[in-house]
Amino acid sequence: MRAFLARRLIATVATGLAVSVLVFLLIRLAPGDAVTMWIGQEGTMTPEVRDTLRKMFGLSDPVAVQYLHWLGDAARGDLGYSFRSRLPVVALLGTALPVTLELAALAMLLAIVTALPLGVFSAVKHGTPADATARLLGLLGFSMPSFWLAVLMILASATYFKWLPALIYVGLAKNPIENLKQMLMPAVSLGLPLMAVLMRMTRSTMLDVLGQDYVRTARAKGAGESAVLARHALKNALIPVVTVMGIQLGRLLGGAVIIEQIFGVPGVGTALVAAITQRDYPMVQATVLALGLLFIAVQFFVDISYAAIDPRVRYG
Amino acid sequence: MSVHDVPRGAAAPAASGRRSRGTALVRLATRHPVGALGAAVVATLVLVAAFAGYLSPVDPNAQVGARLSPPSVDHLLGLDQLGRDVLSRLIFGARVSLLVSATSVGLSLLVGGGLGLIAGYHGGAADQGIMRAMDLMFTVPSFVLAIALTGILGPSLPNVIVAIAIVTTPTIARVARAPALTVRETEFVSNARAAGAGDLRILWRHVLPNVAGPIIVQVTACIADAILIEAGLSFLGLGVQPPYASWGNMLGTGRSYIGLATGLSVFPGAAIMLAVLGFNFAGDGLRDMLDPRWRRT
Repeated sequence: MRAFLARRLIATVATGLAVSVLVFLLIRLAPGDAVTMWIGQEGTMTPEVRDTLRKMFGLSDPVAVQYLHWLGDAARGDLGYSFRSRLPVVALLGTALPVTLELAALAMLLAIVTALPLGVFSAVKHGTPADATARLLGLLGFSMPSFWLAVLMILASATYFKWLPALIYVGLAKNPIENLKQMLMPAVSLGLPLMAVLMRMTRSTMLDVLGQDYVRTARAKGAGESAVLARHALKNALIPVVTVMGIQLGRLLGGAVIIEQIFGVPGVGTALVAAITQRDYPMVQATVLALGLLFIAVQFFVDISYAAIDPRVRYG
Repeated sequence: MSVHDVPRGAAAPAASGRRSRGTALVRLATRHPVGALGAAVVATLVLVAAFAGYLSPVDPNAQVGARLSPPSVDHLLGLDQLGRDVLSRLIFGARVSLLVSATSVGLSLLVGGGLGLIAGYHGGAADQGIMRAMDLMFTVPSFVLAIALTGILGPSLPNVIVAIAIVTTPTIARVARAPALTVRETEFVSNARAAGAGDLRILWRHVLPNVAGPIIVQVTACIADAILIEAGLSFLGLGVQPPYASWGNMLGTGRSYIGLATGLSVFPGAAIMLAVLGFNFAGDGLRDMLDPRWRRT
């Protein structure tokens, strides 16, 4: 187990470095460099001043050297200053990241606790109208854009309950109840497509597993139906489900960007969209980096959960 | 995809000669209703997009009545916040949506498919180099990467297409690589090489036909993704710019009038979902059709 953890940790750090390379290269796609952008904001300057500035900021160094400088600064917690607010980017991220983390965690939790029972139910009752309904909902949910679902939920809530979530965000620490009330709709709209995918996957792997010899053996030795389902079948069926979850997380985090925007949730996604529209490049860089690192961090935990479910992974 | 089916497809393309294309369609419709439904939706969308000019009742950018008018006999889906016909805008939106997704996925098919084939067929350093570069793009959620790319390149139609192409390229490369890797070890490829065929000829004549199946299935999934990404970008105001209609920007601006005109939030979203659903379902059907296990029974 320890060797497995170490291997996964090293791979995750390597991927983290890959994210940093990608994010560093991304900003260089922007027309002009930091100095020309600055000129755009501060007025004109002579070519000599421009060259001096480039040298001063290390912009005339080779790209690889610039990357290492940037990486070194980033490792020390310095990602530069926002063009807009002139505040350190890391401080701005520090307030946004926990919000996105909470939203993503809630959405995942909702998806998992609903998808697994429904998937198992659908597999056990396969061929019945209940199964057909669950499958149809799964297919629809899979193609449902989360941002449209969000808009529909707002519409339904306003029409039928005459209630809308307040758009002034309340922190989790400040008022947990109010916060969860606000996060409910964003988390549901984000979690539903994920739930649909997980449910479909749980159903199909459960169907496979239920036909296996060891399930018959478990039944033959007199294990109760719920024990067979939970201990023998579901545990084995979970592995592909976890894989799919790892893949779908990217979609969830991408969707979070729009969902945060719709519900006025001040997370990393909202910060990213604001930074893009304001051409605040240090902020763009930092938010993409944060979302990328969040993505691989969660994937790391997905990998670890493999080991918890499947001993072959632990010792393999 | 089993390797055993490979020579049949490559060397003897008329393997399924006994059955005509027509019966294959009927078989698809009965054996895989979901796939057939998807194919029908996709075909309808393509027709709507192609004949948008004939089908749309009025000019999509013309103000034809009072703002936010509810659906009526004259304007079946009502009018938007500027008094433009929603149905006409949806019809032209289909054109934008398909144009963007088809060109971007076409680009990524060309680049990603080519890179994947080369990586799988050559192996070694080329494989390592290409696939590591592709892996780099998997490290950031694709929609986040697409937002950042369009934001940095500037929001315009060509940039949206480029951004989506960049994000979908690694998926296609990965799918193209795996079968190319298997095919290069098969006897018919070494026979072709022994017969003096060059790399390009082998890739084109022998490898490509055998990787086409999985790639086609992946392409339908990528088009569904591309439609979602375009809609998301336009929703945020980073994609297709007004006055041009896109389902995403219609939904993005329409939701501000949610209390006044419900249709503006409902119809564009339904169009996005229908299109995504169509391509996903069609992909499901294709996957099963190309699966040899299914073909034999």
